Amino acid sequence: MLNIKCPYCGDRSQKEFAYGGDGTITRPKLNQEISDEEWDNFVYLRKSPRGKHIELWHHIAGCRQWFKVERDTATHEIFRTFKPEEEF
Amino acid sequence: MSQNFRLNTGGLINRDKPIEFKFNGKKYIGYEGDTLASALLANGIHLIGRSFKYHRPRGFFGAGVDEPNAKMQVEINGSSEPNINATEIELVNGLSASSQNCWPSVNFDIGAINNFLNRFFPAGFYYKTFMWPKSFWYRVYEPFIRKAAGLGIASLEKDKERYEHKYEYCDLLVTGSGPAGLASAYAAAKNGAKVILAEDKPRYGGTLLTDDVTIDNLSGKDWSEKIISELKEMPNVIVKNRSQVFGYYDHNMMVMFERTGDHLEKKTKYTPRQRLWYIRAKEVLLSTGSIERPIVFGNNDTPGVFLSAAAKEYMKVYGVLIGKKPIIFTNNDSGYETAIEFKKNGINPIVLDTREDQNSELINEAKDLDIKIKFSYAVIVAHGYKKVKSATIGKLNKEKIDFENTEQIDCDSICVSGFWTPTVHLASQSGNKLKFNDSIDAFVPDKSKQNEHSIGAANGTFTLQDTLKNSFNTGSEVSKSITKKDEKIQIPNTNERKYSVHDKFWCSPLPKGKNYKRFVDFQNDVAVSDIEIALREGYRSIEHVKRYTTLGMATDQGRTSNLNGLQLVANVEKKIVPQVGHTTFRPPFTPVTIGTIVGREIGKEYMPTRKTPMHYWHENNNAVWVDAGAWKRPRYYKKGNENLFEASKREAKNVRDHVGVCDVTTLGKIDIKGPDSAEFLNRVYTNAWLKLPVGKARYGVMLREDGIVMDDGTTTRISENHYHMTTTTAQAANVLSHLEYYLQIVWPELNVNLVSTTEQWAGAAIAGPKSRDLLAKLFPKIDVTNEALPFMGYVEGDFFGIKARIFRISFSGELAYEINVESDFGLFMWEKIIEIGEEFKIQPYGTEALSTLRIEMGHVAGPELDGRTIPYDVSLEGLVSKKKDFIGKRSLTKEAFNKADRQKIVGLVPLDRKSSIPEGSHLVENKNAKLPNPKLGHVSSSCWSVENNNPFSLAILKDGKNMIGKKLFAVSPLKNTSIEVEVMSSHYVDHEGKRVRS
Repeated sequence: MLNIKCPYCGDRSQKEFAYGGDGTITRPKLNQEISDEEWDNFVYLRKSPRGKHIELWHHIAGCRQWFKVERDTATHEIFRTFKPEEEF
Repeated sequence: MSQNFRLNTGGLINRDKPIEFKFNGKKYIGYEGDTLASALLANGIHLIGRSFKYHRPRGFFGAGVDEPNAKMQVEINGSSEPNINATEIELVNGLSASSQNCWPSVNFDIGAINNFLNRFFPAGFYYKTFMWPKSFWYRVYEPFIRKAAGLGIASLEKDKERYEHKYEYCDLLVTGSGPAGLASAYAAAKNGAKVILAEDKPRYGGTLLTDDVTIDNLSGKDWSEKIISELKEMPNVIVKNRSQVFGYYDHNMMVMFERTGDHLEKKTKYTPRQRLWYIRAKEVLLSTGSIERPIVFGNNDTPGVFLSAAAKEYMKVYGVLIGKKPIIFTNNDSGYETAIEFKKNGINPIVLDTREDQNSELINEAKDLDIKIKFSYAVIVAHGYKKVKSATIGKLNKEKIDFENTEQIDCDSICVSGFWTPTVHLASQSGNKLKFNDSIDAFVPDKSKQNEHSIGAANGTFTLQDTLKNSFNTGSEVSKSITKKDEKIQIPNTNERKYSVHDKFWCSPLPKGKNYKRFVDFQNDVAVSDIEIALREGYRSIEHVKRYTTLGMATDQGRTSNLNGLQLVANVEKKIVPQVGHTTFRPPFTPVTIGTIVGREIGKEYMPTRKTPMHYWHENNNAVWVDAGAWKRPRYYKKGNENLFEASKREAKNVRDHVGVCDVTTLGKIDIKGPDSAEFLNRVYTNAWLKLPVGKARYGVMLREDGIVMDDGTTTRISENHYHMTTTTAQAANVLSHLEYYLQIVWPELNVNLVSTTEQWAGAAIAGPKSRDLLAKLFPKIDVTNEALPFMGYVEGDFFGIKARIFRISFSGELAYEINVESDFGLFMWEKIIEIGEEFKIQPYGTEALSTLRIEMGHVAGPELDGRTIPYDVSLEGLVSKKKDFIGKRSLTKEAFNKADRQKIVGLVPLDRKSSIPEGSHLVENKNAKLPNPKLGHVSSSCWSVENNNPFSLAILKDGKNMIGKKLFAVSPLKNTSIEVEVMSSHYVDHEGKRVRS
């Protein structure tokens, strides 16, 4: 069970969180002209890197904030956690 | 039977408290403080079970977790449990144990014929033999193998015991209370660190209880008692015995298994039997010690063969002799400690040392005691079937690959010592890649991947002085970095005897022409010859050898067999052990009961139960429950002898004819506030939301980004910047997360706040032609006419002094209202509605009638919004705005979503107007077509239409738009039905929706 530091609440066990997928994906703007391929990439295509990965987590049984986690997918090492508005 | 093998004095048992127990039906006496193993040995019982594969007689080999053989079926207080390790379970009154894997008895076991056929049971036998014919596997082979190779028998009774889970956080977790554990825990505790010290045995001290040493002029036992009592006094320390840390998981999450109640004679009602601890430790100190390695020789699995340290432990801790005529077979000085202990207790052992003539403090002490020592000697084979009777021993030649001469000597036991293997399981589980230490012929931890340190024997440090020094230092250093305190500790003086160098001898060669079975892994019955076969057959990777031969598997996890197995592979392959590598150590280190893993999450505690404020009214009115997620909802209210079908029909009919009331508290409710709320809803829902006036509700559909319908519900504008959203019961949590995601991550510029209010509001839906008359009586001050409160209208009112929200929305297709009050008043509201509704013939209705009403109206719900349908499929395309963008809109342009023959919702009626169509039935054109019969669609929801008094179903059908009027078959192979149906509009009742607007 991972130990995740919620940027709002502090260290908590993984049990309190829900995984939210790749944190580097940006949703296309509303009303934006976009090709089928670009849209499909946004909806379906995700990288599955071995190593460092920026991902979203949701403190679902806590403050209910979404935030970003930089984690190693192979070792589970968490390098840092940060609020969505913070740069990465 | 008297305890013939119990010493007159000594041991840490309580001789004032005899305990009666049974083994294989016979009564025996032991003492408080005994394990089942020590008590049996005190009574001279060695034959305790049969081996896994060959059904060879087996006896005790170790004295703790190292024991590979002594798995027993144990019955206490009427509950029976298999595979209990007899060397670990403490003796309690009324305990009854029996041998496993033997029939009809351990003394006469039919399965032992396998032993004489053993050349037909080599490694891989099962893989090679039980292959053909394929159909035999389930019917013949598997049942046969299970019976033949079964261990104990799992009970079919409900487990009456209580198990608990506990979460704990600490600065340091120390796993094991031997000298390393005690020293490091003490140093860390002195620095003010929060320390947990875990010991798997009942007694603290580890090897300090059995080694002949002194620390600051105290015996090992007295010193450990002193440290433990000091630690127990400290508020920052938790000291736990009978607690095995068995798993090392990510981010220093340690899992520990505590045997809280197994040793207690009387338990109070709430004493858990066992407890699982989840411990998040900033640092972990692994002081797990080491396990003695066996030396392999012929018939080394005969009862009476022991690890030498186990023999010593039985004498020193339990006052038990494992034999009265022992051979000590050793390649290092440890065996001499056991020999000296025997001698002190009046027994004359013979020591066979594989090394050439040696001198060391210990050896000289043994010599001074007149212990007979034979250097350059080894045991070749043990004789005796159910117990060692004699042994053939031999003088090793210079290369130690053959014998110069052999002789047979009488003995009743053989104690082996092949040096020590650090217990590196937890370190390995933590991700630490182990390294091979040549000087001890074993793997030790290398670089840490997590915050852990191995100390003492677990790290390959075998002298007390070094262990204490390193452990005090490590405990102090590690805690200092956490607490910033540095309490100086005087490292105590120790007195221990120096060892001479051990010999790498690990396996007795076979004399020419001899074919003795030499076992490497007792628990899995893996002999030297089995591993040789695997290698001959081409298995090279140690992981493959392990799986092919079963070496090091199961509960034993290679505790005693691992290194000898690797040594053998290395020898055959002409490699060295580090080139062979080692197999992966997996949790749990020792077996853990399923009950402990499950804990209290069983039965009604399996998941939380959510009850609405009206729950007990429903209960008192014969509600039959249905689970809706964690909620309990009335499925129907049973009257007399009604069944589900009759009751739901009655309830639904009453809504159509008069008025009904339904508890809709479980619907998800989200309170939305903020100046950008309208804009947000406009992006979330497919339809337009910017112009919804205050005091109006609107039905909305939300999609996922892939265009699939996620949920539907109504949202009401309470005031300018305040909305009340409802979701389906099932999707409530997902919708909230979804909305939060878009607000926090995608559109943080929107000023909107969300909070779930599902549990803050109690809801009652009143539906039916008389609902307005009822509403007028409930809210006499409010104008409830169609003009003042039209369909999709909203008004707030006073409900007998309570603030209430009234929504004119309908799920049943009837004229209907939903009344919400604060949850505390839910029951009051409900009872008032029932009371005042009596004159209008009101009846409560459950989810079954609710479904009937919505199905015949063609309203979609969960079965249609099943994660595979787009708005068009469920005829909600009218709600999809062409003008504005929203979540998932771009996906709706996909080619497949716009095909001319795209699936669409339809209604179905059986031609005979009688046969109910099972949900999940497939729609096909020809029921007799060859399989696979092309599927045109499936039946999503079925009901008995109370309006038309015949069955009616909703279905998702390919090209549904153009199929109206067609005749198809609804086939259900599960229910074995095939019903001819007519396809029609999904709106079976009130096509134009007049009633809801009436």
